[in-house]
Amino acid sequence: MKAFIPDYEVMAPSSLTEALSLLNDSSGKWKPFAGGTDLMVLLEAGKLPIGKYISLHGLVELKSQEDHPENVTIGSFMTFSQIRGSKILQEEFPLLCLGAAEIGSLAIQNRATIGGNIVNASPAADSLPPLLVYEAEVELISMKGSRWIPYKDFHTGYKQMSMYPYELLSRIRLPKKEKNLKQFYRKVGVRGAQAISKVCMAATAQVSTSKTIESFRLAFGSVAPIPLRCIQTETVLKGKQVCNDLIQWAEKKLAEEISPIDDIRSTKEYRVKVAQNLLRTFMEQL
Amino acid sequence: MSGKKISVTCEVNGEEKKLEVFPMERLLDVLRSECKLTGAKEGCGEGECGACSVLIDGQLVNSCLVPVIQVQGKNIRTIEGIANDDTLHPVQKAFLQCGGAQCGICTPGMIIAAVNLLENDPHPSREKVIEWLGGNLCRCTGYMKIVESILQAAEEKS
Amino acid sequence: MGEIGKSIIRKEGKEKITGQARYIDDITFRDMIYGATVRSPIPRGLLRNIFFGAGIPWNEFTIVTAQDIIGSNYVELIATDQPFLVHNQINHPEEPIVLLAHPSKDMLEKGRAAVKFDIDPLPPILSIEDSLTQKEIIWGSDNLLKSCLLEKGNVDAVWEDAAFIIEDSYETGAQEQLYIENQGVIAIADQKTGITVWGSIQCPYYIHKALMTLFSLPTEKIRVIQAETGGGFGGKEEYPTMISGHAALLAMKSGKPVKIIYSRSEDMAATTKRHPSRTKIKMAADKDGILLGIDIDFALDGGAYVTLSPVVLSRGSIHACGVYYCENLRVRGRAVATNTPPHGAFRGFGAPQSTFAIERHMNKAAKEIGIAPEEFRRRNFIKQGQSTATKQIIQERIDFDVLLNEAFRVSDYHEKLKQFALHNQTNKKKKGIGFASFMHGVGFTGSGELYLASRANVEADKDGRIHVLASSTEIGQGTNTIFSQIAADALGISSDDVDVVRPDTKFVPDSGPTVASRTCSIVGKLVENAAMELRQTLISSGYLKVPYNKEEFKAACKSYYENIGPLKGVSQYKPPKNFIWDDKTYTGDAYASYGFAVYVAEITVNPETYETSVDNFYAIQEVGQVINPVLATGQIEGGVVQGIGYTLYEKVVWKEGRMINNQMTNYIIPTARDTPPIHVHFEEWNKQHGPQGAKGIGELPLDGTSPAIINAVENAIGISINAIPMLPEDLFKVWEGKSSSKA
Repeated sequence: MKAFIPDYEVMAPSSLTEALSLLNDSSGKWKPFAGGTDLMVLLEAGKLPIGKYISLHGLVELKSQEDHPENVTIGSFMTFSQIRGSKILQEEFPLLCLGAAEIGSLAIQNRATIGGNIVNASPAADSLPPLLVYEAEVELISMKGSRWIPYKDFHTGYKQMSMYPYELLSRIRLPKKEKNLKQFYRKVGVRGAQAISKVCMAATAQVSTSKTIESFRLAFGSVAPIPLRCIQTETVLKGKQVCNDLIQWAEKKLAEEISPIDDIRSTKEYRVKVAQNLLRTFMEQL
Repeated sequence: MSGKKISVTCEVNGEEKKLEVFPMERLLDVLRSECKLTGAKEGCGEGECGACSVLIDGQLVNSCLVPVIQVQGKNIRTIEGIANDDTLHPVQKAFLQCGGAQCGICTPGMIIAAVNLLENDPHPSREKVIEWLGGNLCRCTGYMKIVESILQAAEEKS
Repeated sequence: MGEIGKSIIRKEGKEKITGQARYIDDITFRDMIYGATVRSPIPRGLLRNIFFGAGIPWNEFTIVTAQDIIGSNYVELIATDQPFLVHNQINHPEEPIVLLAHPSKDMLEKGRAAVKFDIDPLPPILSIEDSLTQKEIIWGSDNLLKSCLLEKGNVDAVWEDAAFIIEDSYETGAQEQLYIENQGVIAIADQKTGITVWGSIQCPYYIHKALMTLFSLPTEKIRVIQAETGGGFGGKEEYPTMISGHAALLAMKSGKPVKIIYSRSEDMAATTKRHPSRTKIKMAADKDGILLGIDIDFALDGGAYVTLSPVVLSRGSIHACGVYYCENLRVRGRAVATNTPPHGAFRGFGAPQSTFAIERHMNKAAKEIGIAPEEFRRRNFIKQGQSTATKQIIQERIDFDVLLNEAFRVSDYHEKLKQFALHNQTNKKKKGIGFASFMHGVGFTGSGELYLASRANVEADKDGRIHVLASSTEIGQGTNTIFSQIAADALGISSDDVDVVRPDTKFVPDSGPTVASRTCSIVGKLVENAAMELRQTLISSGYLKVPYNKEEFKAACKSYYENIGPLKGVSQYKPPKNFIWDDKTYTGDAYASYGFAVYVAEITVNPETYETSVDNFYAIQEVGQVINPVLATGQIEGGVVQGIGYTLYEKVVWKEGRMINNQMTNYIIPTARDTPPIHVHFEEWNKQHGPQGAKGIGELPLDGTSPAIINAVENAIGISINAIPMLPEDLFKVWEGKSSSKA
């Protein structure tokens, strides 16, 4: 059942101020969108609410990439193709580039944006677990000003965010990480390309020469209502020596921490087991 | 404001187009109805099959997912703009010779993706060709002859 | 042999690669309006009322219900049970109830969403077992859409003395054809002049016949034209009749051309799919591994109405015992009704289901007997002069030993078996190799071809160009091209001078449907005969002298045309000599010829994710004569990939009888990344049937691909899987179930 196209009102502001003032409209009815790759699917399915939409494609302010000594800051309108093609991101934040390469297809990556992926807030999003293990921060701006919040606090529940309707996600800040970081990213999808994720894992670890875990950051997609940073599992690992017993303990903790569901693509049991298997694979590499 | 059409100016296959359209109309529908370019096809309407593939400013996109308001000032290329008048593009010639098209419905999208690949990388490996085609589904060929066609076109060009 | 065996360029290839080919949604008529179908949301019930919601300008709409049908409200096919529109009994989700048309596509959708139904639900039947046990009677007196019994010898007497008795049960799921072009038609209709339908169609004459019944119109008032068609695979064999009827009803009532194009989600939820199956096999062998008896219980889920189930059941049952010689066997076939959208034709048509079962079972039996799977087969392969399950003595050269040897040679099977076993000892990812041996009968079963009485014509125009007229449709498989080659070869001219006329029931004779791997072999033979008749007429007239070149041929046609009149050759199907089939006892000559094949699959199972990838594939088949190598290879490659999908990726998720993963995002077909290199080899031994001896090959790849893959999985990890599709979640369940049961 398609939607009635003429009913949709769309503005394409050419300045951030214009966009923000529309969002600030007391009716609160304007909704921003970026590349449209999620929105247009809803439209076609007849599930996009009739209303007023702001296309952000003209806002250059959202398309930046800044390399600072302590961090890299990218604009929310950066497409996944641009992320894949960014030398600095490949060097400093390879998991984000790997995640970007897993999204949809090349045609989707050319249009879909990191900001859109965050705000669409699908727990299965491929680029979000890397943001969690990189401890990203996101900037929310509005007519009232701007604020940065840790990305780990952004998602508060299924499709719920710490964000006001008059705010726009403008930038993502990625703090540069420790050197000698072991990094891991795997997405398990329904097929080799163009696949929605069934389980998606991002992890970083620092391990001493005696195999003691100095830092461990672990995040999963598709195992909870939100992209999940697995703090409890990380806690049991920090400071311990990598060995088979520790891996088994981590697997057990992980199964308790994540809460995947049965859905149209996969099952709870499969997701738990595969998540455990991926964790094991990473830990065996350490 | 609702129910009102807007003006969008863009270039389609080298020709300037002034379109009077609803902002949320899909580029696919605008190309097919307003521009009468029916080469791009709707296979799924959700960006999965790639039958609607076109190039916007040299980038491969699914036109079923592009709201027409976003192509203001852009350069669009469809299958109808691939051949040079009567001279077929090497990719098109190769598709004919190698049997890259069977029922033909995915073919415009496949050729657009292939042309885009060769413009980015004139000598791709087989793996790169396969990766590049990840978003274009075919139900007839099993992909073998599509990949062969593209590799042959790459060879011919050099 | 001028044109046969040459890979000439696809006849309509240029249009396809330039985007000029006109599929049905590319076609518009002046004053054309758009049609849509409003469907039942539940599987079974009694329709009490239809509500047209407020806020919609209903006066702008054309509205059609069952009450508007002048003729008979059933889809003419085999039985008369399926209505075009629900009268008062609803028998499956998505069953069409109301038709709407409007000039604006957007407003049409608004209207569609505003139609609501008042339905008294009735308890539905949603599985083969529930239908067989008759939890509810939902069709006829016993839910049995069709049953058949095939018997040879005395299978009940073999068990007592058998050294080995092997029993097991196998299941296959539904499969969606997923042609990339959604179904669609355009109709123009009025009671006086008649009805014209254009569409994405495999069988124009099926529609022609059915519209006569729906509207009570005579044959000359109906015209059906095939537009360029973006894939069919059987999914557009019978379903287009339903849409054509709908579009014609709306066109008749509105007085305007009506276009109906399905969205992907509608197409997937509402149209036909491959029949799900459940097969029980009990097999007896002696101490030497020679088959003593096979007893098969083959059941298909037909969905809510008969449609094509009798024929799918027939083919599946006839192929159920595989390519083995056995003196005692029984196949009991039953197609049962369930409250799901009727299942229909999909490449293979019953044979993929029963072949999966028998080829898995042969491996199981070999294991229990203690011999290699190929050895068990070699001891039992049917040979020249032996009789099949239907007591047919195969006249062709049938030599599975040679095919098996060839398959093993090109795939390096035994060496890989050893290598993989070594590899698996020290690697996490497990490799395996497996094979299947099978055959596929060409054309309609038994007296089916005789009953079809197919015809094809070849005509010359006044410029000496040759036109082939047949109702066989080009749907990607290469009909236009091979018919041109066949006619050109028979006439001794170039295929450049031959065109195939667009199938239009006003101009082309009824060549039967484009199904059953019959287009090249059966209809191609008619084209060849018709061409030869035309040539003979020209020679007899004195205008053409042998030998001649193509210019002389053209000149001769021109002279004939100017002096005598239209020049044509016609041909009608005649069965081969001594071809006898008994429909009551299911015995005799089932098919005039068979494609024979052995397929080998190499796979890797990843225990981390339970994913299985097909890494390499070898398809060896004996096909008589390859008409066009590129097209023929393309058919096998494409079919193998559909088979890979059937086995490892494509699962229809059902809820209350409705497909709920009806989007390409959630119904998964292979991408380029999921397909292996496919090595195709053709043997050309038997040339008794078909044009220059060409047999049919379209469906063959669907029969053997899944058992080859699943046999390879068992080789890799030692786990026996008896149900497909085998998604990672399914393998996980079985594999982990086995491990935990060990502990």
